[in-house]
Amino acid sequence: MPTVSVGRDCLFQALGRSYTQEEFEELCFEFGIELDDVTTEKEIIRKEKHLETEVGGEDEEEVIYKIEVAANRYDLLCLEGIARALRIFIGKEEIPIYKFREIPRESMLQINVSKATSKIRPYVVGAVLRGVSFNRANYNSFIDLQDKLHQNICRKRTLVAIGTHDLDTIDTPFSYEALIPQDITFIPLKQVKSFRADELLEFYKSDLKLKKFLHVIENSPVYPVIYDRNRTVLSLPPIINSAHSALSLRTKNVFIECTATDLTKAKIVLNTMVTMFSEYCDSKFEVEPVEVVYPDDRQFEDCTSEGIFKGKNIYPDLAVTVMDIPLSVITSPIGVSLGVAEVIPLLNKMQLHAKEKLVAGNNVITVHVPPTRSDILHPCDVMEDVAIAYGYDKIPKTKPKCMTTGGQQPLNVFSDKIRGEVSRAGYMEVLTWLLCSHEENFAMVKRKDDGAKAVTIENPRSSEFEVVRTSLLPGLLKTLKHNIDHRRPIKIFEAGDVVCLDGTRDVGASNNRRLAALYCNVTSEFEEILGLVMRIMQVVRKPHEPANDNFIRPSNEPEFFPNRQCYIIFKDKQIGAFGVVHPEVLEKFRIPDPCSFVEIDIQALL
Amino acid sequence: MAEDSVLGFLQNNEAIPDSHQFAASVGIDHNELENVIKSLRGFEIVDAQEFQKDRWFLKEEGRTYAREGSPEVQLFNAVPPEGISREELQKKVNPTVFKIGSSWAVKKKLVEIGRQGVSRKVDYVEDKIQGFLQQIEKGEVVDEKDLGELKNRKLIEFRPLKGYSLRKGPKYVSKRKKAATDLTREHLLRGDWRDLEFKEYNLSAQVQPIQIGYLQPLLKVRDAIQSIFLQMGFEEMPTNNYVESSFWNFDALFQPQQHPARDSHDTFFLKVPSSTRELPEDYVAKVHRVHESGDYGSLGYRYKWKREEAEKNLLRTHTTAVSARMLYSLAQQKSFSPKRYYSIDRVFRNEAVDRTHLAEFHQIEGLICDRGLTLGDLFGVLEDFFARLGMAKLRFKPAYNPYTEPSMEIFSYHEGLKKWVEVGNSGMFRPEMLLPMGLPEDVSVIAWGLSLERPTMILYGIDNIRDLFGPKVDFNVIKNNPICRLGLE
Repeated sequence: MPTVSVGRDCLFQALGRSYTQEEFEELCFEFGIELDDVTTEKEIIRKEKHLETEVGGEDEEEVIYKIEVAANRYDLLCLEGIARALRIFIGKEEIPIYKFREIPRESMLQINVSKATSKIRPYVVGAVLRGVSFNRANYNSFIDLQDKLHQNICRKRTLVAIGTHDLDTIDTPFSYEALIPQDITFIPLKQVKSFRADELLEFYKSDLKLKKFLHVIENSPVYPVIYDRNRTVLSLPPIINSAHSALSLRTKNVFIECTATDLTKAKIVLNTMVTMFSEYCDSKFEVEPVEVVYPDDRQFEDCTSEGIFKGKNIYPDLAVTVMDIPLSVITSPIGVSLGVAEVIPLLNKMQLHAKEKLVAGNNVITVHVPPTRSDILHPCDVMEDVAIAYGYDKIPKTKPKCMTTGGQQPLNVFSDKIRGEVSRAGYMEVLTWLLCSHEENFAMVKRKDDGAKAVTIENPRSSEFEVVRTSLLPGLLKTLKHNIDHRRPIKIFEAGDVVCLDGTRDVGASNNRRLAALYCNVTSEFEEILGLVMRIMQVVRKPHEPANDNFIRPSNEPEFFPNRQCYIIFKDKQIGAFGVVHPEVLEKFRIPDPCSFVEIDIQALL
Repeated sequence: MAEDSVLGFLQNNEAIPDSHQFAASVGIDHNELENVIKSLRGFEIVDAQEFQKDRWFLKEEGRTYAREGSPEVQLFNAVPPEGISREELQKKVNPTVFKIGSSWAVKKKLVEIGRQGVSRKVDYVEDKIQGFLQQIEKGEVVDEKDLGELKNRKLIEFRPLKGYSLRKGPKYVSKRKKAATDLTREHLLRGDWRDLEFKEYNLSAQVQPIQIGYLQPLLKVRDAIQSIFLQMGFEEMPTNNYVESSFWNFDALFQPQQHPARDSHDTFFLKVPSSTRELPEDYVAKVHRVHESGDYGSLGYRYKWKREEAEKNLLRTHTTAVSARMLYSLAQQKSFSPKRYYSIDRVFRNEAVDRTHLAEFHQIEGLICDRGLTLGDLFGVLEDFFARLGMAKLRFKPAYNPYTEPSMEIFSYHEGLKKWVEVGNSGMFRPEMLLPMGLPEDVSVIAWGLSLERPTMILYGIDNIRDLFGPKVDFNVIKNNPICRLGLE
C-alpha cells in the first residue's frame, strides 16, 4: 500500500477545520485510508541519515501525517486528492466537473509520433495546464505526485513515465521519436553541461535515484526522445527531462507528457496529474487538450474521441464512464434496504454523480464515474462505495443461511493421527521450512542432484531459498544443531510435505506427505528408530488385512551408515528408509553425537 | 546394631560421655556410630553434644606396622637362627621392609649384617612398636616416654578428634520405629504400612522431568482453529500443492499481470519446472478477455494479456489459488450447491525476512459460496469465527484487494494493548473472478484470510517469528508450551 506524506496543518486547512488525532484517525478508518505515522520533516531526515540527535533547533516545525491509501486509488496519492476526497466525503464540497478548455481546433497543441517509437515505447499522451499558481507547498506536492505515480501505477517508470515542462520555454508542435543514442544530445535537468544520450546513461550509473530506471532503455538500439519544433529536447523518457524546459515556481503554463508501453495506464496517469493540479489553474478544473498524431494504426487502437474530435487522438481522456445500475444490484449484496433517494447522496459522498432512471418500473441509478476514479471497473465497485458511505458499522450483521457439513481432508486426518502416535512414542514435534539451500538438500546429505527431483527457485533472495526440500532430513538436522546442548536423548519428528518434480501434474510438480523422526544420543541406538518403524507399521494396518511383518529390506543409501540401514517396503513399493545417519552427514551439520533417522512416505500408507 | 546399642545403653545409664570410647567398647566403627547419632539427634531421640579433643593418630606407615609388625622385627623374624645370606634374605621380605628393617635392626642390635651374611644377635624380640601402635589405633593412652620413637619415625601425628557425648532426648524411646520412604508391595503384603511411619515428602525438591512426547505450539493452534471451522460446518480444501501456476495464483483471481505482487521481489518463480503444461482452455479464454477488454459488466484492465505470463510457475503466494481451483470445479458441476470451505496451509513470499516476516508462513482461509450472500453475512460469520478465537469486538475498515470487492481489513480490539489491531482481511470475490468460472450470476462468495503465525504470536507473547517456526525454535519453548485454549470459552 502506498504511503503519502502530507503536512497536517495544510491538510486541516484544506479540510476547513482541525481534528484531534483520534478524530482524524476515525475519519480515515471510515473512509478507508489509514494514518500510518505522525512525524516531522526533521524526524524524517534524522531517520534517513540514521542520526541519533535532533537535527536543527527546538523551534516549532510542521507535523507530517503519513497516510496509507489503497493501491488502486491513484487520485489519493497527493494532498490535493486526499483533501478533495475527504471534503466531498464529509459534505463540504461538491463533486468537481473536469472540463476541456475551449480553444480553436487549429491552435491545439500537437505531438507527432515517429514510427520507430513502436520499437521501444509506443504510446504518448499529453495535456496542458494554463495559468497555474505555484507556491512552495503545491509545487512540492506536484513533484511528489509524479514520484508516487512513477513508483506505483507506472511500475518504476517501465509502463509509464511522466515529463512536465514549462510550456513558455518550448514551441509546438512536439515530436515523439526514437533515435540512436549517439544522435541525442542535450543538457539534462540539474546539470550544466550537455551530454550525448549514451554518455548520459553511463553518467547516471552512479546516480542512486536514476540508476534503477536505466535498464528500461539501456539495451535498446534506439532511445525515446521528445523534441519541440526547434529540435530542443524536452525529455529522454523514462530517464530525465531537459534542463531547458524545467519547471520553476514562476512557471505559469505546464505541458505534461506521458510516454508509455501501456496506453490505459498512461491515460490514468495523465488524468490523475491534470485532475489534481487543475485545481490551481486560473480557471479551476479546466484542462487544455493535446492531439497525438500517430504515423500508423496505433491511432485507431485508442480513438475514443467523440464529436468534433471524432477520429482523432485527443488527450486527456476526461470522458465520464456511465453505468446504469439497478438499485438491487447495489443494496442486495450489502444486505440493507435503501431507496434511490438514500443511495444517491451516498454515491455523491464518494465523488460519483448519480441520478434516478426508471426502466420498466425498476429502480435504476445512472452513475457517472469521473476520470479520477479509474478504480471503478464494475457495478460492484459502486456497491462498495455505497457501503463505505453508509458506514460498515451500521450494516446489520446476519448469519449465512446455507446448511453445509464440515469435513477434513483424509490425508490431513491421517497425518494428524500419525503425529499423535509418534508424539505418544515420546518424540517432540518440530516444524521446519520447505525452502532450503541446494547444498543442504543435496551435498550435505551426500546426495547428488540429477536434476529430476527438486523444484528450483528462479529468483532466490539468498542461498537459503534455492530449492524446495525433497527430504525432511536437512530440516531435522538443522533443528538439532540449533538445540545441540539440549539434554540427551533428543527425539524429534516432523510430519510435512516435500515437493518433487512430477510429469503427471499440470504444473509439473507434486507434494508428498512425509513423516521423519530423528534420535540423537551418545550411541546411535538404531533399535530406537527400528522400534518406531515397527510401531508405525503396526498402527497403520487396516482391520481384517493380514499383518505384513516382512517390510524391511537392506538398503544402500548414501546418507546412512553402511550396514546400519534399511528400506521400508509396503505393497511391493519402497516407501521409506531408516538407519544410522552417516558420520560425514553429521559432520556437515556439525553434530557431534550419533543419530538414527527414519523418513516414510505416509501418503502411501493412507 | 549401633542404634540398638546406643538406645540400650542409655536405657540403663545416664549418659555416654565419649562416643569414641563407646564405639571401641562395643566394637563398632565410629563413622557408623556417628551416622546413627545424627539420625537420632534429628528426631530428638537423643541429645548429642559435640566436642573436640586432640589425640594421636596413626599415619599411613604407622597403620601398616600396626597391622604387619615393625619392619625391624619382621626382618629379624625372617632371619633363621643359623643365619642367612643377604641375597636369600632379600628374597624373603619385601624391599621396603628390607631397606628400613635392616637399618633399624642393625641400629637396635638385633642382627648383624656382615660379609658372610645376616645373623641374629639376640634370640627373641618383642615387637613393642607394633604394640604401641595398636594401642593408639584403639584410642588407648600410651605413655609419653613410649611415644618418642614413634614421633621420631613419623609414624603418628597429633590431630583434633570430633566426638559426641550423648544423653536421652525429649523423644527418647528404647526402640525406634523406622520411617519408610515409599509404599511398597511388601508393605501391602505384610500389612505393616499401618504401623509404619512415613517420611515427610520434600515438595520443594527439583522434580525429574518426565519422558514424554510433545506437539509443536504453532500446530496446536492450527488444530484448535481447524476445529472451529469444523464446528461451523466448513469443509477442508486440498491444499497440498505448493507449486502453482501464475494463472491460478493470479490471473484467475483477476489480478492484473503488472500487479506488484507478481514482481520477482514478492513472489518465488521457478526455474524448474518453469511453466505449467496445461490450463483449462475455455476458461483461460474467458479470463484473458475479462482482463484485456472486460466482460460481465466490467471494463477490464485494458492491457495486452500474455499467456506466457500466466503459464509461469511459482510457489503459491496464497491459498486463494486453491480456492479458485475449488470454485472452478464447483462451477463445472451440473447443479450448484452451497459450500463452506476452509484451509490452513503453507504459502510463500519472496520478501525480506525479519522479526515478523518469513519467506514462508501459514495462511488461514475461510469462504462461503452461496446464492444471495451479503456483506452483513460476511460481518456476521466473521464475528462468530473471531469470537471463538477470543476476539469478540470487531470493526471493518475499507481496503483494497484485486480480487475482492468490497474488501475489508478486520480489526479487533486488543484489551491488553488497549487499541484496535488488524487481524485479517476479508471481502466478497469480484464478479470478474467468479463469472468466467461459470458460476451462476446470483452466486456470491464471501471470504477471509489471516496468517496462523500472527495470532499465535499474540496468544503466546512471542515477538520473533523464528522462535515459533523453523529450525531455530528452542526445544524448551516446545516443551513448556501450554495447551491451546482457543475455542474453550
